[in-house]
Amino acid sequence: MADGDFGNAKSMSIIVTKGSLDWAYPPFILGTTAAAMDLDVTMFFTFYGLPLLNKKLDLKMTTLGNPAMKMPMGGMHVAMPNIIAALPGVDRGATTMMKNLFKKKGVASIEELRDAAVESDVRMIACQMTLDLFEMDRKDMIDGIELGGAATYIDVATKSDINLFI
Amino acid sequence: MADQTLNAEGLNCPLPIIKAKKALKGMEAGQVLEIRSTDPGSIADFAAFCSQTGNELLSSNTEGNIYLFEIKKS
Repeated sequence: MADGDFGNAKSMSIIVTKGSLDWAYPPFILGTTAAAMDLDVTMFFTFYGLPLLNKKLDLKMTTLGNPAMKMPMGGMHVAMPNIIAALPGVDRGATTMMKNLFKKKGVASIEELRDAAVESDVRMIACQMTLDLFEMDRKDMIDGIELGGAATYIDVATKSDINLFI
Repeated sequence: MADQTLNAEGLNCPLPIIKAKKALKGMEAGQVLEIRSTDPGSIADFAAFCSQTGNELLSSNTEGNIYLFEIKKS
């Protein structure tokens, strides 16, 4: 299948609804990998997923309310009690720790994956309603994205082999 | 003998696949790309990548902690 050959290629769409550091990974990993496997990929960024299209990314994460999150620490796996996770500075610490872990384990940064998505012609649609709702500015976002709404997504979804909501 | 070698050692999913795709893009049909990876998941992933893209997986070998693949561009 030649690049840019829309027709016989299989296709995948992803609705991206979460914008924390950890949840930004699944859509970008699957989107870039599907594109590498010659699928036509569309990502629809809505609600908290929309800031992932901002030029400047400052992704954070929280351990709050996530009992399944156990970080490797000193040969053990440690979960953060909510009462500790709610303290000032803990989220910042968890974010730094996670970023270091990604680097140490050779996991790409979100910036890197997003560049790969742009490079492999992943179609990225920003939800117009979310843009209005949160008073975000198109000018703060990366080039090459489109604006659209639910109907735009449904049109894509009806033509896609795989549709994911993340 | 490979026409090009990709060193993906130390990289984790999905980087070996993405970098392999990028390398293949710049190659001619029939040429062979050799990939060196340390990601155990790449054994299953390169097989899946090739079955989906039509590129031929000529070999998939393990040497200690290194996983070696040869892919012929279709």
